[in-house]
Amino acid sequence: MANKEAQREKIPNPIGVSVPRIDAREKVTGAAIYADDIQYGPGLLYARIKRSPHPHALIKSIDCSKAKALPGVKAVVTGDDFPGYIGLYLQDRYIFCRDRVRYVGDPVAGVAAISEEIAEQAVELINVEYEVLEPVLNPEFGAGPDAAIIHPKLGEYVVANFIFPEPGSNISNHFRIRKGDVEGAWKDCAAIVEKRYQIPHVQHVPIEPHIAVAKVDENGKVTLWGSSQSPFAQRNLIASALGKSQSDVEVIAPFVGGGFGSKAGVSMESLAVAIATRVKGRPVKLRLTREEEFYTAFVRQGLIAYFKMGCDKDGRLLAMENRFYWDGGAYTEYSVNITRAAGYSSSGPYDVPNVKADSYCVYTNHPVTGPMRGFGMPEMHSGLEQCIDDLAHEIGIDPVQFRLLNCVRTGDTIVTGMKMHPTGLSECIEKVAKAIQWGEKAPPSAPNKRRGKGIAIMWKAPAMPPNAGSSAWVEMNEDGTATVGVGGQELGQGTFTVMAQMAAGALGIPYEDVRVARPVDTDYSPYEWQTVASRLTWSMGNAVVNAAKDARRQILEMVAQSWDENPDDLDIVNGVVISYKSEEAVPLKNLVIYGLPKPNDQGWIGGPVVGRGKFMPTYVTGLDPQTGQGPRAVVHYTTGAEAVELEVDIETGKVEVIRGVAAFDVGKAINPDMVKAQVEGGFVQGLSTAFFESLILKDGVLQNPSFVDYRIATSADAPKDIQAIIVEVAQDDGPYGARGVGEHPLVPTIPAIGNAIYDAIGVRVGAPPFSAEKVYLAMVDAGIIA
Amino acid sequence: MSNHKINVTVNGEVEVVEVPANMTLLRMLREKLALTGTKNGCSAGECGACTVILNGEPVNSCMVLAVECDGASVMTIEGLSKDGQLHALQQAVIDQGAVQCGFCTPGVLMSAYALLQRNAKPTDEEIREALVGNLCRCTGYNRIVEAVKQAADQPETVAA
Repeated sequence: MANKEAQREKIPNPIGVSVPRIDAREKVTGAAIYADDIQYGPGLLYARIKRSPHPHALIKSIDCSKAKALPGVKAVVTGDDFPGYIGLYLQDRYIFCRDRVRYVGDPVAGVAAISEEIAEQAVELINVEYEVLEPVLNPEFGAGPDAAIIHPKLGEYVVANFIFPEPGSNISNHFRIRKGDVEGAWKDCAAIVEKRYQIPHVQHVPIEPHIAVAKVDENGKVTLWGSSQSPFAQRNLIASALGKSQSDVEVIAPFVGGGFGSKAGVSMESLAVAIATRVKGRPVKLRLTREEEFYTAFVRQGLIAYFKMGCDKDGRLLAMENRFYWDGGAYTEYSVNITRAAGYSSSGPYDVPNVKADSYCVYTNHPVTGPMRGFGMPEMHSGLEQCIDDLAHEIGIDPVQFRLLNCVRTGDTIVTGMKMHPTGLSECIEKVAKAIQWGEKAPPSAPNKRRGKGIAIMWKAPAMPPNAGSSAWVEMNEDGTATVGVGGQELGQGTFTVMAQMAAGALGIPYEDVRVARPVDTDYSPYEWQTVASRLTWSMGNAVVNAAKDARRQILEMVAQSWDENPDDLDIVNGVVISYKSEEAVPLKNLVIYGLPKPNDQGWIGGPVVGRGKFMPTYVTGLDPQTGQGPRAVVHYTTGAEAVELEVDIETGKVEVIRGVAAFDVGKAINPDMVKAQVEGGFVQGLSTAFFESLILKDGVLQNPSFVDYRIATSADAPKDIQAIIVEVAQDDGPYGARGVGEHPLVPTIPAIGNAIYDAIGVRVGAPPFSAEKVYLAMVDAGIIA
Repeated sequence: MSNHKINVTVNGEVEVVEVPANMTLLRMLREKLALTGTKNGCSAGECGACTVILNGEPVNSCMVLAVECDGASVMTIEGLSKDGQLHALQQAVIDQGAVQCGFCTPGVLMSAYALLQRNAKPTDEEIREALVGNLCRCTGYNRIVEAVKQAADQPETVAA
């Protein structure tokens, strides 16, 4: 108890306080500026893209002559103009297609014109001749020897050293786990479950569509304004693809109207930049229509997964053998790492002594896949967590007890051989079970309804290169306020608020006295790898705390010298430097810019205070390519659990979630209310993918590219009762013990709902979305209803 | 495309605007009047991000032609706060933590404002129904619903 008290004292105000968002006022007044709100002036040109109508074809010829002749057209470009490859982990994309198109929507040519209407007309005038090829439409087939090869030059692509493509096939990454002796373990199992699960492609659907505005000046300097999660990665990748210096590319990134991964890495931004190189001095705006967004922005990978798992008679998991065929779509430059993450997390959050896993990233002629909130974990956990439920039922143990018995705990040797850091997963399970009143069954609300409860648990690590870095500065102002510079982006998750809280706490000034410099601008903001992987609170937070501490040190040393005291006797409290020894006090105002007089008026000391800080994990190791084993695969795992109670209408198949509870171990909630807001929003997004969402592809052609046909959850669909529970088992290298939670809440939602439906009607519905029709037909198939 | 001169009252100010016949109210607000608080999420009347109040009724401004607004009165998010004083709905959205990325927020506030104008004490269901055309991908909606309830509980909201 005394220790706990001492620990609590080390956490300064306002860490752990639910202060209001730093950006709330401008967002509720319409004053917040997004990329399309900036006025680019009368020189602005509008870009439109000529896109492939075929899922797979060779380009025989492109005739742009009519488009070029149209009055008002300023530039027409094709792949011939830009020979460089681009991509994050595997450079498998041209900016514009050069020889081959690989999905419906693949960019073939680009136009810049004085109006959107003229640009549209010009695109219609471009004539492209294709030789249509056989498309690959299924990842399991695509991984085999009979499929057409989509990337014949796979073996020549530049690739990160932890990604393993198999040239001559459509497999762009194969991640293996070989831990223990799976084959030998099956005979010791008292129960074995084998299942196949499938997950369709879904999309992020930020309400703000993708937008990029690019300008290239006479010196070749590129300026790119965009809705971006990754200003620095975009700077880096676009510079490389165009053969420029990173310092000649400036990315300016105002508020993002929703990202969820779709605005990470580089996608359509490179098109705008490429076109702009042909109309020097004029900004070129490319804004995706909602239809284009559905066709051509990143989508989440589809997955065909095979699970086999077994336990002994007491319910202890002994072995797992999992095979994942990821539908990677036309390009997998980013998503190869999703399949790696799913591989090294393939046991789920369980202690399993024997694991064999193969995670294949497979090219298909489907839309381009990329990172989406959860990065492979929602897809993988969907099947895995329903399988765990089946195994618990098979061996006759309650699903909550089964999970408590087997879940990963502090000190366990996890699937990659890494030792598990302190984690509160079992506490999360206990808390959601209690909150949902597990084991008690309420009567259904009507005779035609069946009621059920379900639980699912999860883990997810930030998936990134081992050395993804963060940096920050904290600059003091005349009035004693501080401005924080970061290169991570505010997507709605609240990172600017959390960074201001951390800077305030580490410096010793009120939260209201901290500003965050924006827009993020790679010419002025400090480096940040990307705003992805739920890594900012932890990684950028560390950089901000370090920068604030550096500013604090400079201030205290200055004052100590002026007062002829020891800095250790000084403190900054509420914006005032105080001495515990001399009991002197001076507000930060002025001294942080103008310094302080030396004793006896013998000149001055100090000067403008700018603190700097960085953070980069240095301890992540490589994994053996054959076994996936190594000392430390990841920085850490955030863990959690969700449970739902629902009713199934057996006359219609309609499912209504009555309530949901969720608990996540966030290490330390810097802003508890905002953690809960993330959990609620993630839960509803997960629910939306469980009930409504699927990109319907027919022969590679998207059938539902609109909000009418691709439905997402509305205010009428959100369960009224969603309870978020915070568990805090500190992260050893997290700022104040914090780790991220942005993605995690939607990871266990599909299987929690699937398990609750099973509890209600005794039927597994199959692949989501669990539409009323699908649930109804599953009940008919099971003989529950006629 | 021929231009048309229209008179339209926007947030209480009379504006005279020249617009092409095919220009939507959304584009007129954003491009002619630089009122960029109204957002473009789909240009198809499906997401609600561009909701404004037209002659007292909430509309998707991407589905209304600017020329149709000759003589009309339009209220946008920029007209909701008065003299730097937030409207009760705006304060409630802040208090309830009902904003994340903020892109749907102006449209949500306009729909909620219209609801409270016609129904000062809406039920939970009535609020959800009124907001069903405003898609939000971040919040999960419940905090927005709570914010509307909070604002409805304040007597000055109705008069505003």
